[in-house]
Amino acid sequence: MTHHTGYNFAYLDESTKRMIRRAILKAVAIPGHQVPFGSREMPLPYGWGTGGIQVTAAVLGPTDVLKVIDQGADDTTNAVSIRAFFHRVAGVATTERTAEATIIQTRHRIPERLLTERQILVYQVPIPEPLGKLEPRIAETRRMHALADYGLMHVKLYEDIARFGHIATSYAYPVMVNARYLMSPSPIPAFDNPKMDQMPALQLFGAGREKRIYAVPPYTSVRSLDFDDHPFRPIRAPHACELCGSRDTYLDEVLIDDVGGRIFVCSDTDHCSERQAMKEAAE
Amino acid sequence: MYVATKGGERAIGAAHAWLDAARRGDTALAEVTAAQVEAQLGLAVDRVMAEGSCHDRGLAALAVKQSRGDLIEAAFLLRAYRTTLPRFGASLPLDTNAMLLKRRVSATYKDLPGGQVLGPTFDYTHRLLDFRLAAAGLAPEPPPEAEPATDATPRVTEMLAREGLMQREAGDDREPGDLTREPLAFPADRALRLQALARGDEGFLLSLGYSTQRGYGGNHPFVGEIRMGEVTVEFEPAELGFAIELGEIGITECQMVNQFKGSRTEPPQFTRGYGLVFGHGERKAMSMALVDRALRAAELGEACDAPAQQQEFVLSHCDNVEATGFVEHLKLPHYVDFQSELENVRTMRANVEAVK
Amino acid sequence: MSMPPLLSARDLELRFGRVAALDGVDLDIWPGEVVAIVGESGSGKTTLLRVLSGLMRPDSGSVDYRGQDVLGMGEAARRRLMRTEWGFVHQNPRDGLRMAVSAGGNIGERLMAIGARHYGNIRAEAANWLGRVEIDAARMDDVPAKFSGGMQQRLQIARTLVTQPKLVFMDEPTGGLDVSVQARLLDLIRALVADLGLAVLIVTHDIAAARLLAHRMLVMREGCVVEQGLTDRVLDDPQHPYTQLLVSSVLAA
Repeated sequence: MTHHTGYNFAYLDESTKRMIRRAILKAVAIPGHQVPFGSREMPLPYGWGTGGIQVTAAVLGPTDVLKVIDQGADDTTNAVSIRAFFHRVAGVATTERTAEATIIQTRHRIPERLLTERQILVYQVPIPEPLGKLEPRIAETRRMHALADYGLMHVKLYEDIARFGHIATSYAYPVMVNARYLMSPSPIPAFDNPKMDQMPALQLFGAGREKRIYAVPPYTSVRSLDFDDHPFRPIRAPHACELCGSRDTYLDEVLIDDVGGRIFVCSDTDHCSERQAMKEAAE
Repeated sequence: MYVATKGGERAIGAAHAWLDAARRGDTALAEVTAAQVEAQLGLAVDRVMAEGSCHDRGLAALAVKQSRGDLIEAAFLLRAYRTTLPRFGASLPLDTNAMLLKRRVSATYKDLPGGQVLGPTFDYTHRLLDFRLAAAGLAPEPPPEAEPATDATPRVTEMLAREGLMQREAGDDREPGDLTREPLAFPADRALRLQALARGDEGFLLSLGYSTQRGYGGNHPFVGEIRMGEVTVEFEPAELGFAIELGEIGITECQMVNQFKGSRTEPPQFTRGYGLVFGHGERKAMSMALVDRALRAAELGEACDAPAQQQEFVLSHCDNVEATGFVEHLKLPHYVDFQSELENVRTMRANVEAVK
Repeated sequence: MSMPPLLSARDLELRFGRVAALDGVDLDIWPGEVVAIVGESGSGKTTLLRVLSGLMRPDSGSVDYRGQDVLGMGEAARRRLMRTEWGFVHQNPRDGLRMAVSAGGNIGERLMAIGARHYGNIRAEAANWLGRVEIDAARMDDVPAKFSGGMQQRLQIARTLVTQPKLVFMDEPTGGLDVSVQARLLDLIRALVADLGLAVLIVTHDIAAARLLAHRMLVMREGCVVEQGLTDRVLDDPQHPYTQLLVSSVLAA
């Protein structure tokens, strides 16, 4: 399948891809460390996935199979738009099946299905700096990372427990990568954090607007910050999926009327359809 | 039975079709051409070139038409186009001293060599809506033509510098950084700061410049000189070893003269704020000059607590393509994270209830 | 004294233009002793404190802490020292506290920065220290913005001492406080220093505070140490004319 003429394969020119790959290699060599890179203007707006798109464009090859999800679903508007973009400028095969994908670009979720060594997970990141809300000055946070001076983050968690009785962060929950760097996992729900630990797939993180790339190599330790007597506990809605019955996947709440009626369905649409198909086959 | 929503793709297609129809508008009216936009809405085109960071009037006009007049959307189109262009080098520095002047004014001297040349300015118009413009077809009176100016037009700041009253800019032979290739790191040197300001949002810089005049930083600025006209772009290909002229572009340059109180080692001198922008963009060039001077506060040993003087604050937020992307991304679905927050709050409220 | 000094400075020089802030200053401080540096404003005493604690670089001279070159060590090492074996009490408690973080969080931060991971223990330790600086433990979850100036200063001291530092730098710790509050604070500092065997380098223009707290005293004027010795000796029998002037003006007041 040939791609749209007039643009290089996957839109970016080869020297830009080389620049991004060098940044990716640095990132993989220093797990969790944010590597600045010369992020390019893209035909999609900043904040809408340009970092993830640049990372995907840099690692994509003609035989790759690409899956793009947003909020766990393939059919959300921005996932549709990004998938169409790659189809237009790269002509690669795309899929909605996690099992079939070699590259998965995602916004705000990790697929429920266990990923393999043959897959790459590319995260879209709005705010790469985990300390950003506590210290907006980049010059200062750079120093904190360089000196592993993370007291400020622990203080924040302490304050949460003092005020609310437990840690109040429910998404973009900070993690320690390879026991050295504090990292933001991107705004995935805290529920997804455990999936990052020792994941067989390569995890790449792209922040286009903030111009940072970072990475977690396969089989790396990723620990959510907590206290010994207040251990990390992932949160999910305490219900079963209306469609497939799952009790251990992350659920979306869907309002069905204006008097408080609601049902819960799996956020990961591919995983849910797989489970539904298995249920039907069993019956 | 709940059926999961599908159809995102069809919805997007229909939205694009509606957008096209809205852009064309009433087909009983003649379609606006990009050529008309370029010729008759020139200041919109100039602004899009400046913030799109790409000098091409035809493309900027097309972008204005395509974006239905949304100038930030148009700048975005131009930026995305610019990314795809191969880069084969840098021009020689523009010689604004040799500018073919259409407009040149100075507030620091009543009269000066080269004179005060008003040019096509709104400055002294009375802001009364001209209803004659609502009826097309009336060609304006041709403006009177004067003899072309032959006297030299030296820079005002040069005349001050010769008397030792104005700081000369320190020469620097190093290759300037390139904002579009390397991410900005703080503290940023002046060359990078000026690059960021040149493509920065006119409204943001206008407000910051205004704030310096109202006491949030600021050093009694005077317009030393505003020049608007055409300069030649020269390029020296490595194979030739001499410079060739590529063409001419219209630009606006503003040099603000500010007072510097002097220090234990330096006698008092005037200092400079500099603004340069594609096309005719005085408001932007003047605002840029005010903010440039404000950002020099640290290097000139002045207090640095006004917003316009905070390098990281100003330079991180002046790019309107970045800004609009992130602000508008809030429209994207965030329900997964919101769901986590909901569960969090529900749990906390349940705990409070349990304790009661 | 056969044991080596904890901190040793030699030949410190620092000029701002033509003004000598430090003009050949030597200083030693031994474990467990309190040394006061007194002088008028502009004498160089605060500059000396900042240079000794690594916050400012001198033009020349050396500073040695337990065999380590303070001026030569990198920022990472200096920050580590400041979190563990050293402490710094600022004149204005707002400079040494996180005003938007609770009292407990302020005290717990240094513990968490060196690896404390048990919330209950951190909290207990914070409560313990609040008690030691005479702040009601019930105020542990309040932010310092709600405390009086004296309470803020006591909180800053607790925050500094929680990691049992060996050497504490204090910059006019009672400046800006009411006279009665000052007295209470000085008593507290004296008791804690004795309890913990701290070495303290305290900069003050308050001779009475120096007499109460310090074993030894250095008198500074225009960047030079004009006199030094045991506190009682310097105050009761000043040798240098400037010291005599300083002491007599206090008595007159």
